[in-house]
Amino acid sequence: MMKHLLSSADLTRDDVEMLLATAAEMHEVQRRDVKKLPTLRGRTVINLFFEDSTRTRSSFEIAGKWMSADTINITGKGSSTSKGESLRDTVMTIDAMSVDALVIRHMASGACHQVAGWVDAHVINAGDGTHEHPTQALLDAYTMSQRLGPLAGRRIAIVGDLAHSRVFRSNAITLRTLGAKVTVVAPPTLMPSGIGPWSQADGFATSNDLDAVIASGPDALMMLRVQKERMSGGFFPTAREYTVGYGLTRQRLRALVDANAEAVICHPGPMNRGLEISPEAADGAQSLILDQVSAGVAVRMAVLYHLLAGEEALA
Amino acid sequence: MPRADMPLEATASGAARTVMTEVDISRALRRISHEIVEHNKGASGLVVLGIPTRGVELASRLARLLEEVEGVAVPVGSLDITMHRDDLRHQPTRAPLPTRIPASGIDDRVVVLVDDVLYSGRTIRAALDALSDLGRPRAVRLAVLVDRGHRELPIRADHVGKNLPTSHTERVMVRLAGVDGEAEAVTIAPGQTRAGQR
Repeated sequence: MMKHLLSSADLTRDDVEMLLATAAEMHEVQRRDVKKLPTLRGRTVINLFFEDSTRTRSSFEIAGKWMSADTINITGKGSSTSKGESLRDTVMTIDAMSVDALVIRHMASGACHQVAGWVDAHVINAGDGTHEHPTQALLDAYTMSQRLGPLAGRRIAIVGDLAHSRVFRSNAITLRTLGAKVTVVAPPTLMPSGIGPWSQADGFATSNDLDAVIASGPDALMMLRVQKERMSGGFFPTAREYTVGYGLTRQRLRALVDANAEAVICHPGPMNRGLEISPEAADGAQSLILDQVSAGVAVRMAVLYHLLAGEEALA
Repeated sequence: MPRADMPLEATASGAARTVMTEVDISRALRRISHEIVEHNKGASGLVVLGIPTRGVELASRLARLLEEVEGVAVPVGSLDITMHRDDLRHQPTRAPLPTRIPASGIDDRVVVLVDDVLYSGRTIRAALDALSDLGRPRAVRLAVLVDRGHRELPIRADHVGKNLPTSHTERVMVRLAGVDGEAEAVTIAPGQTRAGQR
């Protein structure tokens, strides 16, 4: 394993498979009465979150604690950042306290790469702007493979606001690394610019027609959140119109089950119920959404373990 | 911590000598199963847990033998110690192996830990730690196929297939048909210590 986890593209297929195998065992630990492992005793993990988050931050915190690391949360709002301290000064200050790992979420794409160049600690990208969210991709791959088996050759559609989605970017990379066949679906206005050459280079298909993709019977449908906080550009006329074209409505859910009775549905959360996903789809038998949350802790335990536990051997 | 399932370098430094054949291994396990039953006054309350990789295979064989001897099914499982090792910082990480505790649990049971080779005792120390996170057994006993000496901790086995005096530099290898897919044997070879071995 490498020192930092900044991008899904840094992970080889062997890396991903080792992380998923580790996560499976960590998931077993989660079902015990005593959920504590001594593995990272004496290590300090700082969660540095400049953007709001429920599940990512809490799951990193729980993951660290269950492995006996000391975890501390720092949020942008309550820290000196609100007094105008720069990102560099903030992370250098924390690094000077000789912490072992920095888990960083930041609104600027590439922030984690920058930080990795400044500090001695391991840096884990917990979402940087519209760039990447590698642990989310790992937990999505883990959750889907728990239900579907190995993902090689499986057909997976990623649907929604691709232009602003770091989850899509990391997922497209990790799923391709595992050999899945990925199709991404979005209205033309929410397709990232330059997706044509990119999809060719990374080997995934693009579509503007959700109904056609559903009719083809994909093994998994990953619905992305419509990010209202990044929607200042008038990407679609009304929310209703988005749902009609790209929401996983009750009718589309039925069409999906008709086309592939085994199909599963994922959503990285938080959901806009009634916008990109209907309650029937979110809470139905096909939904893996709560499994994703449950897997989040196990996957982050696996990431912390492989990045932090064997450190001196790599040095 | 020495682990018999680590990859070995080619035996360039000398020929391996067989110290236990397939028949010896199965005789030793049969004797151990009788010892366990004798000491436990029957097979009730026993849980057999193997330490991956080869301990798991030995544990399931022991459980089968115990069932033959006593006529009752003995719960069997596996106990991985990867996350409890004391030398994690000195090794590249590896994926943990399965821990599978029988549904009956280990509380108030007599747990028989099973491993292939007892050496420094550090694996067993880690296993005892792992066990205490899973419950509170009435007693923990240790059965090993080979005890090669050189303990670094105050740990001893209750049931030993074969006591094998060795030097630090010798390498003890256990090959089991169910794990290694080759002829079953315990061999000893002179040579360099394996990576990570002390």
